[in-house]
Amino acid sequence: MPKDGGIGASTKRREDVRFLTGNGHYTDDINLRGQAYVHFLRSDVAHGRLNKVDTSAAEAMPGVLRVFTGADFAEIGGLPCGWLVTDRFGQPMQEPKHPVLAHGKVRHVGDPIAAIVAETREQARDAAEAIVLDIEELPAVVDMKAALAEGATKVHDDLTSNLCYDWGFVEENKGAVDEAFQKAAHVTTLELVNNRLIANPMEPRVAVGDYNRSTGDHTLYTTSQNPHVIRLLMGAFVLGIPEHKLRVVAPDVGGGFGSKIYHYAEEAFCTFAAKALNRPVKWTSSRSEAFMSDAHGRDHVTKIELALDAENNFTAIRTETHANMGAYLSTFAPSIPTWLHGTLMAGNYKTPLIYVNVKAVFTNTVPVDAYRGAGRPEATFQIERVIDKAARELGVDPIALRRQNFITEFPYATPVAVEYDTGDYHATMDKLEEIADLKGFAARRKESEAKGRLRGLGVNCYIEACGIAPSNLVGQLGARAGLYESATVRVNATGGITVMTGSHSHGQGHETSFAQVISEMIGIDADQVEIVHGDTANSPMGMGTYGSRSLAVGGSAMVRATEKIINKARKIAAHLMEAAEGDIELKDGRFSVAGTDKSVAWGDVTLAAYVPHNYPLADLEPGLEETAFYDPSNFTYPSGAYACEVEVDPETGRVTIERFSAADDFGNIVNPMIVTGQVHGGIAQGVGQALLEGCAYDENGQLLTGSFMDYAMPRADDLPFLAVDHSCQTPCTHNPLGVKGCGEAGAIGSPPAVVNAVVDALRSAGRDITHIDMPLTPARVWAAMQG
Amino acid sequence: MYAFEIDRPNTLADAVKALGAEEAQALGGGQTLIPALKQRLASPARLVALSGVAEIKGICTGDDGALCIGGGTTHADVAAGAGAYPALAALAANIGDPAVRNRGTIGGSLANNDPSACYPAAVLGSGATVVTTNRQIAADDFFEGMFTTTLEDGEIITEVRFPVPEAASYQKFEQPASRFALVGVFVARFADGVRVAVTGASEEGVFRWSEAEAALSKDFAPAALEGLSLSGDGMISDLHGSGDYRAHLVAVMTRRAVAAAG
Repeated sequence: MPKDGGIGASTKRREDVRFLTGNGHYTDDINLRGQAYVHFLRSDVAHGRLNKVDTSAAEAMPGVLRVFTGADFAEIGGLPCGWLVTDRFGQPMQEPKHPVLAHGKVRHVGDPIAAIVAETREQARDAAEAIVLDIEELPAVVDMKAALAEGATKVHDDLTSNLCYDWGFVEENKGAVDEAFQKAAHVTTLELVNNRLIANPMEPRVAVGDYNRSTGDHTLYTTSQNPHVIRLLMGAFVLGIPEHKLRVVAPDVGGGFGSKIYHYAEEAFCTFAAKALNRPVKWTSSRSEAFMSDAHGRDHVTKIELALDAENNFTAIRTETHANMGAYLSTFAPSIPTWLHGTLMAGNYKTPLIYVNVKAVFTNTVPVDAYRGAGRPEATFQIERVIDKAARELGVDPIALRRQNFITEFPYATPVAVEYDTGDYHATMDKLEEIADLKGFAARRKESEAKGRLRGLGVNCYIEACGIAPSNLVGQLGARAGLYESATVRVNATGGITVMTGSHSHGQGHETSFAQVISEMIGIDADQVEIVHGDTANSPMGMGTYGSRSLAVGGSAMVRATEKIINKARKIAAHLMEAAEGDIELKDGRFSVAGTDKSVAWGDVTLAAYVPHNYPLADLEPGLEETAFYDPSNFTYPSGAYACEVEVDPETGRVTIERFSAADDFGNIVNPMIVTGQVHGGIAQGVGQALLEGCAYDENGQLLTGSFMDYAMPRADDLPFLAVDHSCQTPCTHNPLGVKGCGEAGAIGSPPAVVNAVVDALRSAGRDITHIDMPLTPARVWAAMQG
Repeated sequence: MYAFEIDRPNTLADAVKALGAEEAQALGGGQTLIPALKQRLASPARLVALSGVAEIKGICTGDDGALCIGGGTTHADVAAGAGAYPALAALAANIGDPAVRNRGTIGGSLANNDPSACYPAAVLGSGATVVTTNRQIAADDFFEGMFTTTLEDGEIITEVRFPVPEAASYQKFEQPASRFALVGVFVARFADGVRVAVTGASEEGVFRWSEAEAALSKDFAPAALEGLSLSGDGMISDLHGSGDYRAHLVAVMTRRAVAAAG
């Protein structure tokens, strides 16, 4: 039994008290004295030459302080890209400029053209309508393959084409992979689309820029998953503000799902304009703006081939993917279809030869970057769909085919450059078969058929690489940043602890789970521990939260800092009890001398550290505060097996999810309740991708899904009860907590389960359907059934 | 939102007078108009809020047995108070979400005549009468295509009179994002025949499916619809479904409505 508030306890989330009672403090709650408001005039055409932006009438409108255009930023850096991908031929990717405000051309619907700062929001909006634009419309580049055709219109005139890069991985293996396909007993081929998604966190983006003329200090309040990264990117690459004069604060943030990782133009603008106008400048995104200015996710078009030998062993995988970058490179965009996707193409299987080709393409659409899972859902979807198709073609059970090819020995070096430290894929599949009651499926199918419904079962596995990431490795792969994490543990004189972490919580519950770790290590109550995050002024340089990295990397930094604290406290305790340091034991918040009844309480030691009257001052500094930076030596590899049962209404094509089961291996678990919640949320988003969500553009680059009237989000009644189990635990071998990360698993593991299930349902009625592209809307399923 | 003046009359007479002003626009529950204002897609100089006009709210039974619903009655109140016409109450209970149902009104919905709204199907399917400040309009004469009705400027829907059928059902197939009707079919059986009204499907807005009505008037059973189908031509075709799909769904939902009405 875990102790109350320690590791393994399902402690209720302390942050929920303020969130659920309306006392959260979000960026839009920040209003500064003298604050002005900015409205961005955005392009309503996808592609056009910006011949003239006449702001004269707008400047004269009531309340208008100033109207900014691209010309104001011509001498200022553009938004930087944080990852350089090198192509198959050893050449760097094509990297276009990304101006803060459009200059020369507009490149997607929503591209900001002008920024109007006024006394009120409505005045700024009124003035925007008085701006006279002369835009010469150009053909929109929307379809990726058309974008790469000879003579296609170029999104960026100064690049040689719309190809960002043509990446091969592992390029040296290409010949051997091709040869394996020639020798294969069976080859299964599948072409599929991984649909473009819009993250839609509950809280839209907000930025408030502030400038103190007397000190020269800048402050940006922003909805960010990683305030330090924004400070570095915006300060160093856009506005030229050194870190010591720039503070970035990301207070309570209402969800990110990746979309709040990136440095956006609006943040840079508000920081810039606050100084230019000597007024705080605030921007609050409307939901409509969010649809056309938040980075989108996914958008891959893929052909995957799986080669098998005569015994149904996987012998090779070969893929060709077109990945949409959108109109500009968002902060981490180039890394998603490459290093977060290609390196996962082994999945849970011992396929000896793999070759992944990715062509990243510029189009006149909103930039695409990481969205919950980021590259790994795309990899998992392809692998798990093609295996299902192969099983059908070969007439074998899809679970048996998977089991036959499972990796069973660890550590396992894949042919795509990563080494899985631990895992037990048979164990999670066994657990899944149990919790999903797969034995009972046939009976349930009969019941559905009696109601006139088609029932299908879809099962799949997944693996992901989390705990992002070893800095030296990602540096070799083109990352322009390290991916360590930091923590400062400040023990106060009376024993309470303040932890300043570089991780950022925007729904994950760090304030609760991180405190549980400290509570366990020291043996004090978790409510003696406060977790502080989101402000560059008080936490050491950290890389923030994404890629299921917070506990594995940020938590490890906190553990390392706490170990330093305990080591020092032990010395102090030894001094207080006049004992040898080696004899001091820490248990339940007390230091004792082994084999004696002598002990001192945690609070006695911490007080001695700050009131060092009886203290080894000659050997030890007073105070009790330590900082640690933790750089992981490997990724972590959560894995699992998912099962989905659907019913399809054959008359309408409507799919309903009847049962959903997830057996995950996240290694050690700090707070099982929070983990369950993370999996629930991930599954909801994965089901959303599979059944409902699909961002669509027309051939002119107009966004067809620009509101919730047309972009379908998953709702509670779209989901059944979710059976979630994480009792299979193979602890991570290389971080001190043995944790792997759980934030993205649900979104990665669920889409193939849903699609596999729908295909199974339709085939049960004799329909020769092998694939339907997501989202599996009623209209699409019905159309597929019409043949 | 642009700036506008707002009147909040308490009587129908004052409301009519206020709507006589230049560029005045009636505001019912605001479930369509307010979002349009926020997006700056509409810019009336003056809004006349009808929510304070008590005389156009409420539900009663007329001398002829018709269920009479005030034009300013909210969907939630119809859901709770139209027990005499269960299919209508059920329809109201499934419009939008609780926030929409607590603000949106039947008169507002009908005046707007969204091609995917539910109420037009009930009104046309029931052969109801739309009563306005000027006249009484038969349902068959009221709807004039997408977002268009026979209402004149300044005319307010004060009441809708629904003859109560022997049996009825509304079957809605929801558009996955908005949950408006991708296709909604209202079937009502009266002593003198069956009416079938379809919303969500046609580019012309709500319409009656006369072949189905004829077949069902002879035999009110799903089997009577066998072999009947509509063409996808003239049906709405969009991201959520082709014209052919909508035409297909009309037949499916009609069968289901007949089955549910019993």
